[in-house]
Amino acid sequence: MSIDYSEKIPNNVDLASNKTLQRALEHWQPAYLDWWGEMGPDKTTTAEVYLRTAISVDPKGWAHFDYVKMPEYRWGIFLAPAEADRKINFGEHKGQPAWQEVPGEYRSTLRRIIVTQGDTEPASVEQQRHLGMTCPSLYDMRNLFQVNVEEGRHLWAMVYLLHAHFGRDGREEGEALLERRSGDADNPRILTAFNEKTPDWLSFFMFTFITDRDGKYQLAALAESGFDPLSRTCRFMLTEEAHHLFVGESGISRIIQRTCELMAQHKTDDPAKLRAMGVIDLPTLQKYLNFHYSVTSDLYGAEISSNAASFYTNGLKGRFEETRLGDDHRLDTAEYPVMEVTGDKIVTRHVAALTALNERLRDDWVKDVQAGVDRWNKVPEKLGIPFRFMLPHKGFHRRIGVFDGLHVSPDGRIISEAEWTHKHNDWLPTAEDRVFVQSLMGRVAEPGKFANWIAPPARGINNQPVDFEYVRFN
Amino acid sequence: MTTETAELVRQHLIDPEICIRCNTCQEMCPIGAIEHDSNNYVVKFEVCNWCNDCIGPCPTGAIDNYRNVTRDRPYSLEEQYGWGALPAQVDLAPGEGAEADLPADVARMTSIATAGQGGPGSPPWSAAHPYVNLFAPSRPATATITGNYRLTAADASADIRHIVLDFGQTTFPVLEGQSIGILPPGTDEHGKPHAMRLYSVASPRNGERPGYNNLALTVKRVTEDYDGQPVVGVCSNYLCDLDKGAKVQVCGPYGTSFLMPNHPNSSIMMICTGTGSAPMRAMTERRRRRMALNEGGQLMLFFGARTPDELPYCGPLGRLPKALIDVNFAFSRVPGSVKQYVQDKIRERHEEVFRLLQDGNCYIYICGLKGMENGVVEAFRDICRQHGGDWEKLKPELLAQARLHIETY
Repeated sequence: MSIDYSEKIPNNVDLASNKTLQRALEHWQPAYLDWWGEMGPDKTTTAEVYLRTAISVDPKGWAHFDYVKMPEYRWGIFLAPAEADRKINFGEHKGQPAWQEVPGEYRSTLRRIIVTQGDTEPASVEQQRHLGMTCPSLYDMRNLFQVNVEEGRHLWAMVYLLHAHFGRDGREEGEALLERRSGDADNPRILTAFNEKTPDWLSFFMFTFITDRDGKYQLAALAESGFDPLSRTCRFMLTEEAHHLFVGESGISRIIQRTCELMAQHKTDDPAKLRAMGVIDLPTLQKYLNFHYSVTSDLYGAEISSNAASFYTNGLKGRFEETRLGDDHRLDTAEYPVMEVTGDKIVTRHVAALTALNERLRDDWVKDVQAGVDRWNKVPEKLGIPFRFMLPHKGFHRRIGVFDGLHVSPDGRIISEAEWTHKHNDWLPTAEDRVFVQSLMGRVAEPGKFANWIAPPARGINNQPVDFEYVRFN
Repeated sequence: MTTETAELVRQHLIDPEICIRCNTCQEMCPIGAIEHDSNNYVVKFEVCNWCNDCIGPCPTGAIDNYRNVTRDRPYSLEEQYGWGALPAQVDLAPGEGAEADLPADVARMTSIATAGQGGPGSPPWSAAHPYVNLFAPSRPATATITGNYRLTAADASADIRHIVLDFGQTTFPVLEGQSIGILPPGTDEHGKPHAMRLYSVASPRNGERPGYNNLALTVKRVTEDYDGQPVVGVCSNYLCDLDKGAKVQVCGPYGTSFLMPNHPNSSIMMICTGTGSAPMRAMTERRRRRMALNEGGQLMLFFGARTPDELPYCGPLGRLPKALIDVNFAFSRVPGSVKQYVQDKIRERHEEVFRLLQDGNCYIYICGLKGMENGVVEAFRDICRQHGGDWEKLKPELLAQARLHIETY
């Protein structure tokens, strides 16, 4: 069966005339659709969703809105427009022309980087596949599905790189990406956070706000890569990632809004009373924030990493906004502060900046998360409620790096096993908390109607009204 | 203040309350008009050219905002960086111009008047940019009556008047097709000030008399209501009775879509009754004054009244050169003649009408009493059918291309 490539698979990589790529994708695409059918959003094949589809990379083409049945979504392959004479901007190859083909000596490293990034994309679709059944509104359902199809497209983007630049190995990796399963004991996804469950919408919003923001920072670092196709692919993915961050940030903000409205109206901050009114009390939201923040923090890896150093020196993965930073872009002598544990004290030590690149990217992410939390805090502030959300200490609830094996309180004290056992239920969602949140999850699927625990958004998608029929069921 | 500095402009701004600082807009902007610090994303006023490349990609809609400013006083980057929320839309002082929210009365009347086309639409692509709402009812402009004479015969049942208002040194720019609001003095039976009434401007943009800061209105003295019951129209009687030299309180201008096309070879089909002729007179006069430029395009007018004596501007219209305008009168109460309505004339001219309906450069304007609208639309439907077309398909196309404009009351 022949495929009209430019119609079926919108692309700007001249797919129509690349026979090798066509053959690879002809094999992979049916497998992808099978995976989507099996692991994509549950019971949604006939629903028509008001989705944004990228049909080209120019500003007018990449935000094309229309009703689409998800299995018929046109997953495209897009690279941000090439920058003429782009150079490698950091590391030992700084100043040399950017690579258009994979350099032999970095082949396996680059493949690993791409596979690791690519693996997170289908993983999150799998984690979120049941959420459509409990959506708080059609608007939110549409946003969930938009996130899902775009994670799917990000998988395509990574598979394109594997197919186009890594030959048979790349094709095999492309298949393996469809075979691993989030949370599967025998064949799990590569990164731990992507094997956690996303059981409810609060978790989903926290995930998109916090964990997709890790995605943003990883993509931004890869967008600096000396391997130009990877750089261009990631730059385009970043524009889509922004929507996911928006869904998370505004989702939590709307939950806070709703809870604060009832707090102000009934003049109470009693979690039991608020729960009885069917909204999520702010301390519970804080616990979810603590959980997602700490689990996602682990995704950046160990504070000191020789892998991160060689990725940088070799020109494969840069720093966030590398080209806007004003230094030598080699980090031969620069230092960077990193936390360390001495006895029962957490101290800061300066280490070679080159080895601390994971920590640096984590810090950039922390700053960004903090700015979002500050925006959330404006909601209670406006309604005259004294509660403020706070990010826990970087060492809180960590499983990777210098804090692994230690217990750190949210305010940054190293504490005993006994204190942790006594207190951790105040800091992390308990089974009871999760059951309560789960109990609120009913499906609201009437245009303009919203579940009781979440406020409507300030405006609709693509200038449509809030009560627009964002999903049509057939 | 010079005209240059007082020029009203829209400043593109980002709503910091909705923005999630994702950098998409800055990435998208082809000319580097957007930048950020750790607090906000901001738009450089002097760089942004409103290409709108950033609008679609913004995930939140935060980018889709503007505020009215005068060109010499935009919000600086420092101000924008400091914001936690967008400032309120500033209601600028008279003379500086403000595209602020329309008074509720105007919005309501506009929505009734444009119901036939599904609400206010877009102007023709080549329309000039209109100034609107420069003067609010709370802060009206004052104009002086410099002319007031009866257009209809002394013995005609309708008293329709041509009234000229002069604005002196006050800036009051209007385009053909726009309306102005008149505030009659005094209060109603509840002691409230009388409501504003809207009148369509009957003169072209450069004045009733070219180069003068004046405009003309076509006002019918209201002596009965829709059902024929005697009633004294407050505002129309006030206006019709004004002597030269009297002062009038004026709001507006209003109207952003019922505007004429300005590109060469654009044609205009005008269908009106009674004082609905005011905007048609304005457009026709605009074209007449530019005849020497040979810009092409044609004008076709269908004008209905009871009798020739009751048809405003009947005489002057009849004297316009045939090369300028194709005039079709329909009279419904001429003794001894068959009753004719505008739709009958439209049907008579079906070939020409169909050709113009199909012509992408022809813009169609309907203005008058609500009652005429259905008849005209029926005539269009029949003509389309007769020529193998489909009005139901054509109408949405006309609306989408801003080629059909309906204002009826």
